[in-house]
Amino acid sequence: MSTPKPRIKLDKKEAKKGDIVEVKALVSHVMETGQRKSADGKVIPRKILNKFTCTVNGKEVFSADFEPAVSANPYIQFKFKAQESGPVVLTWIDDDGSKIVGEDSIKVL
Amino acid sequence: MSISITRRQTLFVGAAAIAAAAMGQSVGPAHAANNIDELAKKFTGGAAPVEGKVKLDLPEIAENGNTVPITVSVESPMTDADYVKEVILLADGNPNAGVATFHFSPASGLAEANTRIRLANTQNIVAIAKTSDGKYYTAKKQVKVTIGGCGG
Repeated sequence: MSTPKPRIKLDKKEAKKGDIVEVKALVSHVMETGQRKSADGKVIPRKILNKFTCTVNGKEVFSADFEPAVSANPYIQFKFKAQESGPVVLTWIDDDGSKIVGEDSIKVL
Repeated sequence: MSISITRRQTLFVGAAAIAAAAMGQSVGPAHAANNIDELAKKFTGGAAPVEGKVKLDLPEIAENGNTVPITVSVESPMTDADYVKEVILLADGNPNAGVATFHFSPASGLAEANTRIRLANTQNIVAIAKTSDGKYYTAKKQVKVTIGGCGG
């Protein structure tokens, strides 16, 4: 399976120090719950993205733990306070240990 | 009359039982049959959360239970001295009550997050927030679900 590319959108590219920046992110993933059964009656094993982290210039600003109740193709929206310019890195961790990483950047004036 | 259950009634009872079993839980809204109390207690460490400060924004009627938008926000200055650490979202009618946990810090600026969740049927959503000074706040909202996101 090719690694899906997450879609990330910041509500501003440049911010004044202390401004609140909104991040919206969407990533393709089945988020298989482990509750469903296939046609032959076998339980389809759970496979979800269970952890999400966002760092700005290397510092963590927000993270989340997901349970199977989070929808397929998980969407997440959150905010951070602009402190310093740098990369905005979003990481999702799969049940199988693999990672999906997306990146944007913010410029603090 | 000696016949108490007709063929038609038998069929109906059978169909109702299958429908109930398919969702893995009893019919009818607002039942705390899953592990919601256990998870809430684990999150608060036994403390009783106070109502208020937390705002839950969900549609009153969700047509598709597979993807229900949810926004949770907590009133807080979000300074180093006083901020919201964690917010847990729980659902009392899903096979498993856990939905998501959000971790905030003063760098978050605002304790607010939005995602999309699955709801098996009409049920209550509970949010519990934990602040940096060890206090717990909560909010609850019922969502009516037309088509469940049970995956069945």
